[in-house]
Amino acid sequence: MDENVILTMRGITKSFPGVLALDNASLKLRKGEIHALMGENGAGKSTLIKVLTGIYPFEGGEIEMEGVEGQAINHSVQEAQERGIATVYQEVNLCPNLSVAENLFIGREPRTKCNTIDWKKMNSSAREIMKNLDIPVDVTMNLENYSVAIQQMVAIARAVDMECRILILDEPTSSLDDNEVEKLFRLMRDLKNKGVAILFVTHFLEQVYAVCDRITVLRNGQFAGEYTVAEMPRVKLVAAMLGKDLDDLASIKAEGSDTVRKDVVVDAKGLSHKGTIKPFDFVIHKGEVVGLTGLLGSGRSEMARCIYGADRAQTGTLTMNGKELKAKAPIDSINAGMGYLPDDRKADGLIGDLSVKENIYLALQARKGMFHPLSPSEQNALADKFIELLQIKTASRETPVNQLSGGNQQKVILARWLATDPELLILDEPTRGIDIGTKTEIQKLILKLAAEGKSVIFISSEIEEMLRTCSRLCVMRDGSKVGELDHDLTQNTVMTAIAGQGKEGEQ
Amino acid sequence: MKKKKVGLAGNNVLLLITVLLFIGMYVIGCIIYANKGFGHFQTFLNILITNAGLICVACGMTCVMLTGGIDISVGSLIAMDCMILAVAMGRQGLPCIPTVMLVLVIGIVFGLVQGYLVGYLGIQPFIVTMAGMFFGRGMTAVICTDQVSITQQENAMFYSWANAKITLPAFLGYTNNKGKTMVPFIRPTVLIALVVVVAIWFMLKYTKFGRSLYAIGGNEQTARMLGLNVRRTKLLAYVLSSFLCSIGGVLYCLNTMAGSVQQAKGFEMDAIASSVIGGTLLTGGVGNVLGSLVGVLINGTITTLVNSNGKLLSSWANIATAALLCFFIILQSIFAKLKDGRK
Ligand SMILES: Nc1ncnc2c1ncn2[C@@H]1O[C@H](COP(=O)(O)OP(=O)(O)OP(=O)(O)O)[C@@H](O)[C@H]1O
Ligand SMILES: [Mg+2]
Repeated sequence: MDENVILTMRGITKSFPGVLALDNASLKLRKGEIHALMGENGAGKSTLIKVLTGIYPFEGGEIEMEGVEGQAINHSVQEAQERGIATVYQEVNLCPNLSVAENLFIGREPRTKCNTIDWKKMNSSAREIMKNLDIPVDVTMNLENYSVAIQQMVAIARAVDMECRILILDEPTSSLDDNEVEKLFRLMRDLKNKGVAILFVTHFLEQVYAVCDRITVLRNGQFAGEYTVAEMPRVKLVAAMLGKDLDDLASIKAEGSDTVRKDVVVDAKGLSHKGTIKPFDFVIHKGEVVGLTGLLGSGRSEMARCIYGADRAQTGTLTMNGKELKAKAPIDSINAGMGYLPDDRKADGLIGDLSVKENIYLALQARKGMFHPLSPSEQNALADKFIELLQIKTASRETPVNQLSGGNQQKVILARWLATDPELLILDEPTRGIDIGTKTEIQKLILKLAAEGKSVIFISSEIEEMLRTCSRLCVMRDGSKVGELDHDLTQNTVMTAIAGQGKEGEQ
Repeated sequence: MKKKKVGLAGNNVLLLITVLLFIGMYVIGCIIYANKGFGHFQTFLNILITNAGLICVACGMTCVMLTGGIDISVGSLIAMDCMILAVAMGRQGLPCIPTVMLVLVIGIVFGLVQGYLVGYLGIQPFIVTMAGMFFGRGMTAVICTDQVSITQQENAMFYSWANAKITLPAFLGYTNNKGKTMVPFIRPTVLIALVVVVAIWFMLKYTKFGRSLYAIGGNEQTARMLGLNVRRTKLLAYVLSSFLCSIGGVLYCLNTMAGSVQQAKGFEMDAIASSVIGGTLLTGGVGNVLGSLVGVLINGTITTLVNSNGKLLSSWANIATAALLCFFIILQSIFAKLKDGRK
């Protein structure tokens, strides 16, 4: 067709024990384009990328790359890198025990004349890179000291800084906020103008329409079509991904948005945690969904952690159902009736080698105590219920959780906390990495829980999602709570409140 | 900005504690055993002289432990090295330099096999090196079951190496009760060991291989995805460990001038203990050979302290090391907890 094509993957087949992850999948990348790869959770997007970059061997199909004679099959990430393919994988994949600068340069460190690592140059180049991206980090500090978002930016910066012809980004935006997404888009457009082909995986439709030129859709490991963005309205795109039409997203709010204030469930006064969040007050009523909003690093996650007791509050008191709760460890909060889904699912979340079933009943078992074990049939029923409810795509309930796709792992953690049936559920980015079909289901579920009298604290980088579910929003800025919004909730009012243009009535 | 302030990075604190502990122990020794000459500079030098071999081995061990692995074959490998040296030079009358070369080559081959099994076939390092341990000890007995010593008549060159003294400036010495000035000295083995420490320190800090060891220890899966050659790096780590162990074996033999089946039993544990006390995490990714050097010195100081007492059973040194090891492992896990807590 056109000689601009730099990479062709044709008829790729790849199976894992019991799962056919890719079944005749195809992909064509052209120079100077941003190409979206879309599909539901478990459709095979990450697998396709890992096949291309040499992490997984595959059973059938052809890969051709411009400038490579014959088949361009990579056997290792190094080989892929040498051929000019730079990749940011779905989970942040960097070494926490190395400094930011090393993570940026490891494997391709600047050298001195004697071929030893030139630390000075490495640190100064790293500083330069991070400054250009406007990310305030000390590049000599270990990476583990920084938030997931910053780690993700470092991973992106590393890939972008490599001389590459193809850049692959697997859900790079999942833990970034709008500001950083904008930075990323600027980078992507620059590279595109230089002729780099970019493959971009995301579940956010707006992002696809903002930067992409072309879309390839995978469904159940099969190629479902390639389209230009211009010829593909949203509705059609969603239909292509799901293979059926989706009920309208915007219509769900109406069912559950009664703002009648009933009994207070949690009342926090003057809670604070040194270094992360300044003293704040917070009240949540029965049947209420309250959102915590603010820019990344504004303290919204820290506030949630403080309420839950994951970070012990140094000042202030918290009463739950009228009784003072002094949580020394998360188990105290769990027993008091709280559930908390953390934003860093890698560090605090799943136990990869345990099965889907075990991961689901874990928190409930912890709450019941060791001496009241769930019977096997209860365990199975519980697991089946949530696999069904959240549409978790898994070979069986006994499959180890690290064999699930990224989005499906996220669903498993969500299921774990829903299973404890808590009175107050704290959800930090529960829909990150989850496809839009299920996202709607989760939003509906939250509203349903609220209607049943549960309270939910909800954090999301997507303002639209918050607007759809929350009846009240706490606005955070620089580690303190600066205001609340409970009427007239629109994209605009929330944005201005977050940015701090003083419309929300500063306290 | 979401930066979590860390006063002093936990790892540095661990190293600092190790150094302070060493100084503290040494000062206490000087005070309690002042009459036995503990305070003389030579006592310190003697610790270096007796432990030159252990220093080399601990360096290799640190490299392996950085990747999250372990090498428990080193004690047996040393016994085998010593036995080969003793039989070749003491019984067969082979010349010194080729024999030493042979031992070093054997070390490399030994490491290649272990490294291949761990790196390329993905077998647990503990299992692989345990097999290596049995092999080494068994091979030693196959070569010879007697205690074989190397004397001056048999190999003058090796003997002269063993007895060479490098004197240090006289003002560091002391005058003994007969009015004679005792000039402090070290043996060439100490120099070799210190060169090894500096070389490995440099390698860990300034070469791609060195940094890859840390990356693999941090997260192996990730290191692979960052495009590092994980298998080869692991292979080389075990080769390095066995090679350094063979150097250590030669140094050890220069001290004992003998080979025997029972030699260097439990040496691997001393090396691991030194590394851990020196701040190397058992889980990998964190550590430093300078720390391991201090770890060896602490080990040596404990032994010297127990020996200076004279009445105590030498096994007390083992008990003290065990206690210290526990202390440091607990300390490490506390720091790991603190780190998590901060997040
Ligand atoms: N290592 C593995 N072992 C077994 N099965 C796997 C493994 N990795 C992926 N799978 C399976 O392959 C299928 C495709 O997974 P993949 O990770 O490619 O999905 P994805 O499109 O990236 O989804 P998501 O949007 O959730 O990231 C899933 O059904 C998953 O369970
Ligand atoms: Mg994926």
